[in-house]
Amino acid sequence: MRFYRALLHLYPAGFRAEYGLDMAGIFDARRQRTRGLAAVVALYSAAIWDVGQNAGRVHADLLRQDLRYAGRTLLRAKGYAATAVAITALGVGATTAAFSITDHVLIRPLRFADAERLVKVWEKEPQYARTELSPGNYRDWKAQSTSFEAMAAFSAKPANLAGSREPQHVETTLVDPSLFTLLGAIPERGRLFDPEDDREGAAGTLLVSHALWQSEFGADPAVLGRIVRLDDENYTVIGVMPPDFSFPNRSTQAWRPLRFQATDFDDRGNDYLQVVAKLKSGVTIEQALSELTSIAEQLERAYPKENFRTRATVIPLRAELSPQTRILLTALFGASLSVLLIACTNLASLLLARVLGRRTELAVRSALGAGRERLVRQLLTESLLLSAAGGAIGIAIAVAAMPLLTRLVPVTLPIGEPAIDLRVLLFATLITCGTGLGFGVVPALRVCRSPDMTDLREATRSATNASGQRLRGILVVAQVAVSVALLISAGLLIRALWRVQSVNPGFVTADVLAIQTPVPWPRYAPTARRVDFYNRVLSETRALPGVTHAAFISFVPMAMGGGIWPIAIHGAPATPAESEQSLTGSLRFVTPDFFATLGIPLRRGRDVRESDTLSSQMVAVVSESFVRRYWPDSDPIGRTFTMATKERTVVGVVGDIRVRGLERPSEPQVYLPYRQVEDGWFPFYAPKELVVRASSDPAGLTPAIRRIVREADPDLPLARVRTLADVVETQTAARVTQLRVLQAFALLSLVLAGIGIHGLLSYVVSERRTEIGLRLALGAQRSNILKLVVGQGVWLAMVGAALGIIIAYAAGQQMSALLAGVGPGDPATFAGSAALVMLMTTAGSLFPALRALRVDAALVMRG
Amino acid sequence: MQTEIEALLPLPPATFHILVALAGEDRHGYAIIQDIAARTNGEVQLSAGTLYRSIQRMQEQGLISEPRQRPAREHDDERRRYYRLTPFGTSVARAEARRLTQMLKLARQSGFTPERA
Repeated sequence: MRFYRALLHLYPAGFRAEYGLDMAGIFDARRQRTRGLAAVVALYSAAIWDVGQNAGRVHADLLRQDLRYAGRTLLRAKGYAATAVAITALGVGATTAAFSITDHVLIRPLRFADAERLVKVWEKEPQYARTELSPGNYRDWKAQSTSFEAMAAFSAKPANLAGSREPQHVETTLVDPSLFTLLGAIPERGRLFDPEDDREGAAGTLLVSHALWQSEFGADPAVLGRIVRLDDENYTVIGVMPPDFSFPNRSTQAWRPLRFQATDFDDRGNDYLQVVAKLKSGVTIEQALSELTSIAEQLERAYPKENFRTRATVIPLRAELSPQTRILLTALFGASLSVLLIACTNLASLLLARVLGRRTELAVRSALGAGRERLVRQLLTESLLLSAAGGAIGIAIAVAAMPLLTRLVPVTLPIGEPAIDLRVLLFATLITCGTGLGFGVVPALRVCRSPDMTDLREATRSATNASGQRLRGILVVAQVAVSVALLISAGLLIRALWRVQSVNPGFVTADVLAIQTPVPWPRYAPTARRVDFYNRVLSETRALPGVTHAAFISFVPMAMGGGIWPIAIHGAPATPAESEQSLTGSLRFVTPDFFATLGIPLRRGRDVRESDTLSSQMVAVVSESFVRRYWPDSDPIGRTFTMATKERTVVGVVGDIRVRGLERPSEPQVYLPYRQVEDGWFPFYAPKELVVRASSDPAGLTPAIRRIVREADPDLPLARVRTLADVVETQTAARVTQLRVLQAFALLSLVLAGIGIHGLLSYVVSERRTEIGLRLALGAQRSNILKLVVGQGVWLAMVGAALGIIIAYAAGQQMSALLAGVGPGDPATFAGSAALVMLMTTAGSLFPALRALRVDAALVMRG
Repeated sequence: MQTEIEALLPLPPATFHILVALAGEDRHGYAIIQDIAARTNGEVQLSAGTLYRSIQRMQEQGLISEPRQRPAREHDDERRRYYRLTPFGTSVARAEARRLTQMLKLARQSGFTPERA
């Protein structure tokens, strides 16, 4: 019997109260007539089936009724319904969008086999936390370590793809053939590399990405076996990788086997390999790190010069992103949750007001026999209906925001573009239901608090309203606090952006075009060959109308921050081993006129010249920071240092530029004449960026320059054409995007908080009409009434703002890495945000206050 | 009235059985089940769940009600609730019976004569 009574709890309470006793009676009668174990089991099974099935139907009937009723009542209150849907949509949209990106970048496991055991292995040097490995060190680390199941090196190598159509620049990565096995990758078509592909002298093989297969090969199924030319060498396409495969990042379009020649292992100073490894099952990162550290210590003893203080770094592949990115995304997600919180409090406030406004209706229904559960259920159905509509629109908002948010995905991770998938949809559904339930149930329970609902029946205005008002007051304080916190955070980030944008890069960005013209080896290995190419392109470009300067350089500043080379100064410690800090500088080969093209001031001496050749004195132009660091007290012109294997004499000093970007410190800069390099040396540093300065907007020059390059070498693609302003802007692109999103969130929350204040005060005024009328009749001044209403809004706003300032200060400290030196307690930002909130409060209080002033004392007294 | 009746047709079998069981006298739930079983020679055995879900709906539709007067004391089982056919319920049962007869006639005309038991 007890069992059957428990089973009856599957029914709605109202149904149970009405029929439960009779149903239990019937079961009891049947039970008493039933004999034998089998028959009893059959009876119980039948009862479970019967109750389960019918209870479901009763619930469905109720839901149908409630939905119909909710639909009808909401149609009668369109303004309320639209507001509630809009608020939910904004909250769900913001949170879903932020979640999809945060989940994509920070949480979701990588799409590789045993992804949790994949790590990146780096060398660590005194000045650099992570540097690439030399082939020699890689070979020794791999051979001597026992912590890893597998270890594979790779190195990015862009190339010119000629063959099917116009020559094209493709991002390829040279990979150890075992890399794909290590990642557990399976090709979409064809096969992966095998050890045979790695053999010296083997025919070139190529794996292409799904995207390249589609764009370059027209998704041709017969692409396998096709021969393409990459940098003047033949490669056979052996496979196509699936669309969701990204390694080492999403811009990689093709993979080639990484091959070593015996001599590659000799130079342990030539660090260019990145290494991914899979930990053996059960081995921790700490264990692997301590093993690699001891191997590194042995290697330092064996090669003290190149491996000076070189140690190891092991980090999970998943964690390979800058702390800034992590903070940025966490901040964004936090901000979106704040928006959701504000949306929810607003919604709760709205529902509460509505429920209180419907007391009469609810009281009538209650008098007609609707139980408490029934009324709560009805109210919940209504709020769930609203939140479902809001949630659907919110998801649409999130989908629409994806292209903007994609820019926040760091390029260092082996992940693709984020998307709204099942996981994100599930999240959105959860928060939608949570919103609807959580914030529908509070007001519903509140209004139907006592089981017999005396509150309702008597419609005791004072008690219910006072507590309702208090609750709404708390909600408003929460809204103001959160929006102040968001406003201040956004304000701090704006100040940080301004500060970063105002950093002088050291070169002119306006009207300068940068064009990548890769010079592929081995065709361009002879220096003379390159010189011919550069001179032809430069002389024709300079002849174009509007062009004032043109030059070639190894890498455009900021687009490439690396290219660092050790420096030995005569008179200063000769080897890095003797110095606390190894001496390095950023190395660039330039043609004459480079400094003029970028507007880098020549402080002393001269520019590089056409006459600086291998047969003349080896010279260099250095930056002011170079001089400050090495010869602070003497004339640098004529002094010598050794870099890139040769002793060089300083002939000129130029202004500093921000090679590594606006926010990172840069090494001193060294510029070498483009002719002073032996055939085949330093292919990495060969000038491959053409910079052109025009008297006005240079974008129109692109077709003419394209033609000049094509005529000079028909096989060369113009990989990327951009203005230097673009290059500098990409430095702040992530910041700008984040800021825009955060600003949107902050404004949203400000508006929502304004609506909240307005809603509360309107309600208060309408509830206190009688009191206000009475006061007026008794001779109260209208200014006093105004003070009464506005004062309440201001008071709530002040409490909220005080809380918000505390939260914002704490958040600012967490974000300090993003603030570019702006203090988390920046007074201007705090004052500005507080002023905005006060403005909003006043605006929100205005209409209710005016309504209070218009209260007609006589009318109220009569009513 | 007529349209209200027709909106309810055809009746679910359980509903029709319950109306028939209540045709003669007021009954409580268990008695309804037993009456239906007896009339159909045990072929139709309503479960408690189906019965009370039907009763709930029928009350909402106004087909049956709970009578104010209870049966004579010696027959009254005080713990139980009794149900009575309303005039509207009677009309609906009649309309359904008419509909079923009509259907049967149509079937006969088409040669679907039921075999005699």
